[in-house]
Amino acid sequence: MTTTVRGLTREEMAKRLARDLHDGYVVNLGVGIPLLVPQFIPDDVEVILHAENGILGLGPAPVPELQDPDLTDAGKQPATLTSGAAIVDSATSFAIVRGGHLDVTVLGALQVSGDGDLANWYVPGKNPAVGGAMDLVAGAREVWVVMEHVDKRGRPKIVERCTFPLTGKRVVTRVYTDLAVFHSEGGRLRLKECAPGVSPGAVRERTAAGYAEDLESGMLPV
Amino acid sequence: MIDKLRADVMSTLEAVPSGATLAVGGFGSSGRPDTLLDALCDLGRGDFHLIVNNVGDDFTGVGRMLAEGRIRRLTASFPVLPEFYDEYFAGKVELELIPQGTLAERLRAGGSGIAAFFTPSGAGTMLADGTFPLRYTGDPVMAECMPVRETREFGGREHVLEYGIVADFALVKAFQGDRRGNLRFRLSARNFNPLAAMAGRRTFAEIQRLVEVDELHPDDIHLPGVFVDDVLLASDNSPKQPTIAGFL
Repeated sequence: MTTTVRGLTREEMAKRLARDLHDGYVVNLGVGIPLLVPQFIPDDVEVILHAENGILGLGPAPVPELQDPDLTDAGKQPATLTSGAAIVDSATSFAIVRGGHLDVTVLGALQVSGDGDLANWYVPGKNPAVGGAMDLVAGAREVWVVMEHVDKRGRPKIVERCTFPLTGKRVVTRVYTDLAVFHSEGGRLRLKECAPGVSPGAVRERTAAGYAEDLESGMLPV
Repeated sequence: MIDKLRADVMSTLEAVPSGATLAVGGFGSSGRPDTLLDALCDLGRGDFHLIVNNVGDDFTGVGRMLAEGRIRRLTASFPVLPEFYDEYFAGKVELELIPQGTLAERLRAGGSGIAAFFTPSGAGTMLADGTFPLRYTGDPVMAECMPVRETREFGGREHVLEYGIVADFALVKAFQGDRRGNLRFRLSARNFNPLAAMAGRRTFAEIQRLVEVDELHPDDIHLPGVFVDDVLLASDNSPKQPTIAGFL
C-alpha cells in the first residue's frame, strides 16, 4: 500500500448499513459491528430483530435492575423485548432462519471471496465454535457482511478464494466496508459506492478479487 | 392417577448410568437444568456423551461436568469454555461440532420419529466434508475426523444429510409444570428444552414452580407431559414471575 486512506469508522459503517434496512424487515445481527446497527435505525422504520435463541423482537440491553436470567440474547447477554415480541423454541427459531423468513442476516467476516463465499467462523488452531452462522448464511434471503476492508496487517479481506474455512459457499449478497459497498449479482461482486474521500482506485488497490465497477452515485455523507 | 412428580432428585437420577447419552436443554445458563446436572455429578456418574448447544462460561452446570472429567463426547454448536478446548486438544474429550439449527432440528427429528433429513446448513464446509477433527490423539496428529456427510442437490443447491438424535436420557428445565409433566417455559429460557425433552427415551424435567393440574390452560402448555417421565423441583427458584413491566 503506497497511499494512505481514511475510511469510515465502525459506527459510520453501521450507520451506512442501517440506511438499507427497510420498514418491516426481519433481521439477525451477529456480534461486533452488526450490534452497532440498531441505534442507527430511524424511528419510523420498524425492523424486527431475531436472536437465534428464540427471540423475535429483541430490544436493547436492559438497565441492571431489569436484567432477567430467563431473557438473554444469542451472545448470552441480558436482553429485553420490544413491543409485539414473540418467543419460540430453538427449532422454530431456525425454521425462521432456514425457511427464508429472515430478510437479512448481518455478519462480520474474516474473508469474502469474489463469488460470495464467506469465512467467518473458525481460525484453524484457535478454538472452534460455529453457533448459528452456517444456518444463517444458508437460509436468510440476504447475507450482508460488514467488516474492515483489510485486516490488521493491511491484507485484503475480499479475496479471489477464501483461505479460512468456509461458513457457506456463494452466500454473500452485499459487503459493507470502511471503504466501499459491494453488491453480489449473479455470483460476481459489483462496486456500488465508495466512502466519502475514497477513490475507486484506492478500493481496487486493497481488494484481491475481481469485480465490476457500477458506481451509480457516490456514497452519501453518513 | 398419573403422577410423575418425584420427591427426591438423587434417588430418581440413580437410574442414569455412567456412559449414557444425555440430551440437555438450555442456552448458556439460561434454562439449563443445573439441579439435574449437579445431581449426576454428586452421584459420581460420568463418561457421558452430552448433547447440548453450548457449555457456558463457567464451572456450573455443564461446565462443572466438564471440569470434573465426566464428559466423553460433546455434541454442540458453541462450546466456548476455554477449559473445554484444553481437554479437546489434549484428546480427553471428543467434539462433534454441529450448526446450531441442525442440532435443534436433529433433536426435534429424533423425538418425532424422523430418521434423517437434508439441510443446506453446513454444505461445502469442513463440518460436512470429513475434515473437522472429532478427536485428537495428542499433538499435532489428529486421530479421527467427523464423518463425511452424504449430500444431495435440491433445487440446484447442495444439502447435507443429518440424522435425528435419540438420547438415552434428556435433562430439561421449565418454569412451571404439573404432576402429569405438562410444562411451560419462560421467555428465552425455552430454547432447546422442548427439543431435548422430545429426544429423550426417558426425560427428566426440573421445574421452578409446581402447579396443579388444570392450572395451566391447555392452550398455554408449551410441551405436553407425554414427552416427560419424571418431574422434579429445581433447587433454584429465584427467577421473577413474568410481568409486563419486568421484561418490556
